This record gives sequence, C-alpha cells and structure tokens, in this order.
Amino acid sequence: MEFTKDLGLLINAMMTYTPPLLLAALGSCFSERSGVINIGIEGMMTIGAFVGAATALTFGNPWIAFLCGGLAGALFGLLHAIACISYQADQTISGTAINFLAPGLAVFLCKTFYDNSTDTPALQPSMKLPKFFDGIFPVGSFGYNAICNYSVAYLSILLVLVIWFVFYKTKFGMRLRACGESPEACDTLGINVYGVRYVCVILSGLLAGFGGAYVTLATVSQFRPIVIVGQGFMAIAAVIFGKFKPQGAMWACLLFGLCNGIKVLASQGNAVSPNLISMIPYVVTILALVLFVGAARVPAANGRPFEKAK
Amino acid sequence: MANQEKKQSFGEKLLRTDVLYTLICIVIGFIVGAILLALAGISPAVAYGKLVDGVFSKPKYVVWSIVYATPIILTGLSVAFSFKTGVFNIGAEGQFVVGSLAAVCVGIFCPLPKPLHILLCLLAAAVAGGLWSMLVAILKVKRGINEVLSFIMFNWIAYYLSNYVVNIGAVHKTGEGEATKDILETASMTFKTGNAAVDKFLGGGASYSIVFAVLAAIIIAFILDKTTLGYKLKAVGFNKHAAQYGGINANKEILTALTISGMLAGLGGACQLMGMGNRISQFSSQEMYGFQGITVALIASSNPIGCIFAGLFYGAMKYGGTKLSLVNAPNEIVNIIMGTIIFFIAIAPALKKAILKTRGGK
Amino acid sequence: MGRESHVDLSQTVIAMHDIVKKFGDFTANDGINLTVHKGEVHAILGENGAGKSTLMNVLYGLYKPTSGYIEVAGKKENIDSPEKAIELGIGMVHQHFMLVQPFTVTENIILGMEPTKGLQVDLKKAREQVVELSERYGLQVDPDAKIEDVSVGMQQRVEILKVLYRGADILILDEPTASLTPQEITELIEIIGHLTADGKSVILITHKLKEIKSSADYCTIIRQGKYIQTVKVEEVDENDLASMMVGRNVNFKVDKKEQEPGEVALEVSNVHGNDYRNIEILKGLNLKVRKGEIVGLAGVDGNGQTELVEIITGLRKGTQGSVKVNGKEVFNLSPKEIFDAGITSIPADRQKHGLVLQFSNAENLILQNFATPEYSKHGVLKKDVIRAHATEMFEKFDIRPRGKELAPSGTLSGGNQQKVIIAREITNDSDVLIAVNPTRGLDVGAIEYVHKYLVEQRNKGKAVLLVSFELDEIMSLSDQIDVIFDGKIVGRVPGKGADENELGLMMAGGANNG
Repeated sequence: MEFTKDLGLLINAMMTYTPPLLLAALGSCFSERSGVINIGIEGMMTIGAFVGAATALTFGNPWIAFLCGGLAGALFGLLHAIACISYQADQTISGTAINFLAPGLAVFLCKTFYDNSTDTPALQPSMKLPKFFDGIFPVGSFGYNAICNYSVAYLSILLVLVIWFVFYKTKFGMRLRACGESPEACDTLGINVYGVRYVCVILSGLLAGFGGAYVTLATVSQFRPIVIVGQGFMAIAAVIFGKFKPQGAMWACLLFGLCNGIKVLASQGNAVSPNLISMIPYVVTILALVLFVGAARVPAANGRPFEKAK
Repeated sequence: MANQEKKQSFGEKLLRTDVLYTLICIVIGFIVGAILLALAGISPAVAYGKLVDGVFSKPKYVVWSIVYATPIILTGLSVAFSFKTGVFNIGAEGQFVVGSLAAVCVGIFCPLPKPLHILLCLLAAAVAGGLWSMLVAILKVKRGINEVLSFIMFNWIAYYLSNYVVNIGAVHKTGEGEATKDILETASMTFKTGNAAVDKFLGGGASYSIVFAVLAAIIIAFILDKTTLGYKLKAVGFNKHAAQYGGINANKEILTALTISGMLAGLGGACQLMGMGNRISQFSSQEMYGFQGITVALIASSNPIGCIFAGLFYGAMKYGGTKLSLVNAPNEIVNIIMGTIIFFIAIAPALKKAILKTRGGK
Repeated sequence: MGRESHVDLSQTVIAMHDIVKKFGDFTANDGINLTVHKGEVHAILGENGAGKSTLMNVLYGLYKPTSGYIEVAGKKENIDSPEKAIELGIGMVHQHFMLVQPFTVTENIILGMEPTKGLQVDLKKAREQVVELSERYGLQVDPDAKIEDVSVGMQQRVEILKVLYRGADILILDEPTASLTPQEITELIEIIGHLTADGKSVILITHKLKEIKSSADYCTIIRQGKYIQTVKVEEVDENDLASMMVGRNVNFKVDKKEQEPGEVALEVSNVHGNDYRNIEILKGLNLKVRKGEIVGLAGVDGNGQTELVEIITGLRKGTQGSVKVNGKEVFNLSPKEIFDAGITSIPADRQKHGLVLQFSNAENLILQNFATPEYSKHGVLKKDVIRAHATEMFEKFDIRPRGKELAPSGTLSGGNQQKVIIAREITNDSDVLIAVNPTRGLDVGAIEYVHKYLVEQRNKGKAVLLVSFELDEIMSLSDQIDVIFDGKIVGRVPGKGADENELGLMMAGGANNG
C-alpha cells in the first residue's frame, strides 16, 4: 500500500515536471533539426508563462490563455527567425538577446499591469488547465496521483507521436530534416529553405511558449520572475541528450521528470540534504551521457547561416 | 608612405566596423527602451535621467558601478576567451559559483596576513573554476559530449552545491539569515582609507577588486595576441583541422582553453565575494553572472580590453537600474535595453555588409 | 570514334543571349551567347574561373543575370529560381554533389517532389519510380542505401536520376568526370548517349579536351568571362581547343631532367586503416618513395588515398603496419613528431587543412614552426621576425597581392592561397614532400607554377609523393606510378611511357601486374 502510494506520488511529480520541459524540447527539435540553434527557448518559455497567466486573469479561460502563451513565444520565435534566417545573424548571439529581451519584457509588463509587482495575482482554480478523470479516484490514492493529472501532461505525450509522424512520415518533415543537413541541396531542388526554417523556428517559439504557459496555468498558478529559470536550458539539454529526435527528447524529459520525482520522494524524509537531492537530475544526466549515450550527431548544417545566392 | 596610408585606412576601417556599429546598437537599445517606457506611461526622460543620475551624480555611485562591473568583466573575459578559442562557455555561471565557494572557504578557514590571504583566495577560486570547466572539457574531448549540454548540468550542480555548503553548520552564519559566515577581514578587498572625509566620498563600497579584473584583461589580451599559447588556441578555435595538420594537439588545447576560461569565471566569483558581499547567501535562483558575461563578451566583440569597457557599461546599467524604482520605472528596462543591443549586434554584420555594398557599388 | 549524334538542328531548346553577370566590380560573365538544340551534347570549355559555372547557375536560376536574356524552346523566360528552371525542364548536376548524407538514395531523388499518399510520403511508390528510371537509362543505384555509404560514382548517378525524376529535358553536367575512372567516364559517355537518343539535351561543363572530343557535338569556349566562339567539335582537334581556351599555345609537357633516384626516404609497409565510419579501407598497403623521384599515386577517389595520407602524416591512426622516414619508424606518432621526422605535405583541401583562413598570411606561413626559437622566445611570438619572413616568402614565391602579409589568408585568391601553402611546405625543407591534388581548382598559370616547384624539389633530391585524381597530372610528373585500388597498391609502372588505358584498367581493379 505504502509502495503504490509512493509510486503514485512519483508518477505525479514526474508528470508535473515533464510536460513544460517536453513541450519546449519538442520546439527545440524543430528549430535545431531545420538548422537553427535556438538557445532563446528559455526566454520564449518565460514570456509564454507571463502571457499565459495574464490572459487567464483577463479572460478567465485557460485554453485561450494557453494559446496566447504559445503565440507570445511564437512572436519571439519570429524575431529569432528574422535575425538568423533573413539577416544570417550568429544564432547564439540572437538567442542570448532573446533570453534578455523576453524575460525582461515579461516582468516589465507584469509591473506595468499589476501594480508594480513582479508577480501576477494567483489564478482562480477555474482559470487553470483542467484535470482529466477528476473525481473518479479518491484524493491521495494511487489512481488520483498517477492518472488524474493535468490534462496537458497527456496531450504533450500525444504530441510527441504527432511530431514524430511529422518528422519522419510527411513531406514537410523530410524537408525540414534535409534543410538541417544540406540547405544547399534543398535550394537546388527548389525547396524554400528560408520558408521551412521560418516555420520551424516560429514553431519552436510556439511550443516553448506553450511550455511556459503550462507552468503558470497548471503547476504554479501565477507568474513569478523565477517560474521558468533554467527549464529552457534543460529542454535544450534534453534535445541534445535525445540526439535531436523528438522521441529521444521525450525519453530525456521523462528521465529528468523521474529524477525530479525521486527528488520529491527523497525529500519527504529529512535524512539527506534537499540540496544534494536536487542535484540528482543533473548528475544522472551526466552519468547517463558518459555511460550509455555518448556523442550526439549534430545536424550537419546546424548553426550555419544559409545565404541564398543572388 | 604606403605604410602610413595603410594604417590610416586600418583605423578608419576599425571605426567603421566594430566600435561604430556597437555604438549604434547601444543607441538603438536605448531608443527601444524609451519607446517601451513611453508606452507604459513612464517618461523616458525621467527614467533615463534617473539612470544617469544614479550612476554619475555622486562619486560613491561611480564606485558602486565599478564594483558591480568587476565580476561581469571577469565572466565576460571568460566567455570572450572561450569564443576566441572556438568553444562556447555557457557554464561561466557555474564556474563563478564554485569559484566564490572556494574563496569563501579559504576566506573563512585559512587565517593569513592580508595580501597573502587575498591571493590565496583568488588562487583557490581560479583553481576551482578551472577544474569545474576542465571536467566539461574532458567529457567533450574524451567522450564527445556536447559542452553546452554538460555546462548547463554543471551550472545546476554548482548551484545546489553552493546552497548545500551554505547550510553546512561550520560554514553557516550563526544566528539569522541564510548565508555563510563573513570571510575574515584579511581576505576582504573592500577598504577604508581611514580618512573619514575620503571614505565618505568613496562610500562604503570601495574595493580594489577592479584592479584584478583589469589585470586579468591585460594578461588575456597578451596571451591571445602575443604568445605561442594564444597562437595555438586561436588556430584550434578558428580551424581545428588546420591546427592538427600543423602539429597542434587540438584536444589538449581545447582542454587548456576551457580551463583558462573557467579560471577567469572563478576569479569573477572571488572578486564578487571579496569585493562586495563578503559572504555567500543561499540562492533562490541563478545569479546570472555567467549569462551577463555572455552579453559583455558580445558587446566587446570578444576583445579582452573591450570587455573592461563593456563590463563597466553593463555594471553601470545594473547599478543605475536599481535606482529606477525611485521613479516607479521597472528596472527590467535594463535587461530589455541590453537584449535589444545584443539583438542588433547579432544582425549588425548583415547590415554592415549591406551598407558597405551600397558604398562600394556607387 | 563512332559516336552517334542525335542533334535535331530544327529545334532550339535553349538560347542564352548576351548574358552579363557582375559580382560587385568583378565581371564573371561578359556577353555570353549559347544555343543548344534537341538531342545535342554541348560542351562549355574554359579554365577554372573562366565563368562556366556562373553561366550555368544563371541558366539554372541560382543567379540573376545583370543583363541579357534567355529563351527556352523559343520563348523568352525569366528564370529566377531553380524551381522555375525545373518547371522549364532544366536540371543541373553540380560539381560538388548536392546530396543529403544521412538520407537514402530514394529520399534524395524524390526530395522536393515527393509522391504522397494522404499525409504521408509514399516511399514505396517513390522507390518503384526510382528503380524504373534507373533501369530505363542504365543508371545503376541501390535505392535503399544511405548516401554516406555509397561510392562517388553512385552519388553521381543519384544526381543524374534526381534531374531525370524531375522530368528534365535539358541536363547541365558540371565537371561530371572530376572523380571518375577512365572506365566510369566511358560509362558516363554511354549514359549521355542514351539520354540524347531519348531526345534530351546535355550541356557539359568541362576543361577536359578528350571528353569533349569523345562526347560533344558542339563546344562553346569561354575565356576570362568572355565569349570566344562556338565550334563544331568534329572540325577541331584538341590542340585547337586548348589554345582557344587559354588564349595562347600551351605546353602540357613538364620539363624534367633524367636523374637516378637515391635511397628510400619514405617506406610504407602493410598499412591497414579504417575510414571515418570505422570500416577498413586500407588493406595492407605497401609503398616506397626514393630521394630524387616523384611517385604518383593514381586512383579513383575513395580507394583509401585520403586515409593513407592522413595515416602517414599522423592525422589518423592506422590499425596496423609501419611507416618509415629515412629508416625511422613514425607509424601512429603525432603529426608534430612525424613532421619533425621529415615529412611535410600539401594537403588536399587547402581551406580545411592547409590554412587557418582567419589567420594572417604571416601567421599561416609559420603554422608548424611558431614554437621554434626562430619565431618565439619564452612562449612569446617574435612578431617582427614573423612579418619579415612573410615578406620574404611573398617575394620568393610570387604571392600576390604584395603587402598583404598581415591580411587574413581568406582574402587571397585560391591560387595565391595555394602559393602560401607551397611556400611554407617547401621552406620546411623536409626530406619527404607529399602533395595531394595540389592543382585542384587552379588556373593554367598556377598549375604550371605548382608543377615547376614539385619538379624542383625532386631535382633537389627530395622524395615526392604525388596523390592526384587527375591522371594527366600524374602521368606528366611522375617517375614511377603506383595505382591504388581498394586499399592496396595493385600495380606500379614507370612514369615514362605509361599507358592511360592500362592505368585506367588498374584503377578500376581490372588488372594486376604488380
């Protein structure tokens, strides 16, 4: 009994932590595989988190808010795309800029709209993303903890399937992977490299924005400047860990989530310092890389601006 | 004669390229900031006035700005050095943290006479930062593990390590507050002249940590420009294949480059600790010194001497930004301005090319 | 020759009129005309840098012409993108293959024009189409293999299939024989025959005169961006073509005095090694180069030449074997140790291995020697000495433009970049000099220059190993020719009086008289 309860808690903690990371990681997959490094994921998540919370407070509907959060991320994706694709900017520099701009803007707007406070007011339960199967399982049971989770948690796993299909089965997926390997070849075949990359980078912003909005709309219930800190970078780490494949990124995110779950469980006792427990995900990642995963093959054209001949 | 001409055109070229474009980007950053402030109903003149006032109106403000600048000059140098040698040290944040951690331990537990104690703290910080970065370099060289990935992990491990150490009984401050004990007075770089009038003039923040930052910048500039070590590191950074062909051991140089880069960030941590706080507080989120270092390096186009000026600029913006709340302006405007500057620095090469093309094609 | 012409002069498929293309101040094409008919093979002849590729990129919609116009099938067309060119039935096979390495042959062929079934790419149908096309034109490919695993020859066939798959009637082939064996070249010419018999037209960009004679109907000559003339191939001979191309009479012969070689300086025995995929590519190779001789290593790209040179120079670890320099074992030592033992090399890829393009010419000229007492003291570079050395090299090796000692090497032309490398390697004065494709991408003047220096080194008593995919170069320079096939030397013939067909057969693995 104790064991199933713990297992339930473990799954719960895992499924709380994983979805925002996974959404952002899937976004990162689009961008990186099309040949554009996007370290601005962090900033895009932050703006998504703020816009998600603010629109929920304004309109009251979590789904509209979720969408708006995504769109805010997409807007910064567009900015990154303009710099990296149209102006052949150094992709790391542009991403760094976005990591200053977007969080800065998020808190700036928060202060402007919410009485000079860095935090938004707390969201009403009705403004939060709904749970599936609510009321079926008694509160605190294994079923409640393991299954009755935030709905988007399951949607994000479903999305992995969809994106896997897009990547490996559709015309667009084939072209986006080709653009990340050899934009020159694509160009000679009449594929619009700029177009494909624009779509992918904007999509990466959209998904990162969704990830950020998920944090405020499902987990934390309000925007604070530090709700995201680091998760965008963890998403990028997951993508590299997962060898730039959507399904690989998913396993990496689940591993991070699992470590987080272990962390939650372990910190129930007072035996070990919570700070040491908090290191688990990062240490496990390094160990996993050293022992099992090894070097990832980076898409050949990743980070290399493509300039169309005139 | 021909030489003279060449020098002139070189100087002109320099003006027309890096520095001028960076200045233009800075201006654009402030314009974008002003527009946002105006949209939020805040007078840009008042806000910017406060910013300038907050930095320059009193000598002690200038001193504070310099103190703010010191650690990010060093993390900026750290990142700039890594850029020059072809790797991306996104882990300066973690190296900064372990550097200050090493310095705090030496600062608390190793009583020594003043100059020695400071030097030992700095040494400990440099070694800690260097080792922290070297681990990542080893993973990259031996196992092919992407350094961006491991740096991000190491940043977090350093973060929690610091919080762990802060809470160890022997280190923890007795009494209130989530922080370490203060480092011994002999390890502190803040100073009082003893003359009440001068001390009041300089304010409580006076510290000679900046000297170490400037010294580090000069040494790095020298290494990169004048030495065989710099030659090797740059050769590997620009073109690993050609360097190997030329008999340079690329893996060894990557290791060296990342270690030196980590040492610089570690020094940044020590300078922050010993020049300002004298203790480490428990973090509630990452301090961003490493990420601010990326900005400094970018504004300076990775030029070590340029990092001094870019760091001073950013330090002043950070310090001045703390005064903005006095006029009810969000200090996040500083990050927005910095972000805009970097964004335009990113697209500046393309704009420059376009401009030079229209000039050339007249 | 007995080649059958399929030209139908009544149908003009392409007419380019007065094409001018400028890049800034540089005029790459200056008023070029070109007319191609149905079923015709039209060669475009010119030196490297004459503007052939630029012209074809204009035709293919990759470049916008500065002035002039193009008619396709008698209709004036504005070809502003490859898509438009494809739509008009124009296809291009680039000299540097445009393939996606981790994709399969089939995926590469259909990319950009994928057959679909519902939302999915219909790979089954695509595969069938590829097989059908390859059988129809005799272009053998493995539809399921990944590009990174197939030979250069097959990659080229994939490129041609890509173009045919798009329904092209006009095929532009840019230097298609650059890395093929003589036998593969013959096969390609046969394939071109099949294509023209089917009513397709082929534009062949080349600087190889023999191929023009054996495959083309007409030839347009371009020199320094200018249109020279169009000739009927059967009415001219190779010497005529050569002098039209260069603008003067050229002497392809290299002057080389008779000389008795000395003792063995480089001895490679039973070397085994793997390629980048860890598949064994060198299978027990033996090779000897004596002082005062040039040994040419003839072979088709991909038979282990690259790996051999990398193992000899220490850039790659061999799995087994021995490499001796003047009797000293250097197998699997570091590049630095091998260099110090007396091997220096002119690398195949001057921009990848030969130069740090961002470094100044002065810095590049001391790439192996920056740490010697001559150029540094206590780890500090002697900048003045380094610069003076560069000035001296610029004079001695005629590197242009003068006064660019401190400019980045990336700003020099390809020929002058090569001169920087040659200046450095020859000044190193090692006993063994390895030159890999030392004239690739250079114009006739620069080629003569490189050849002169290689022969000079031989005359001075150095051991020279020349690795080249240009059989003509090997035959005109070498004292001995070793033929490499499938990771082994399959034969050695004296350079003097070597027979091209015999070499070609060996290069294809067809004979073994070693």
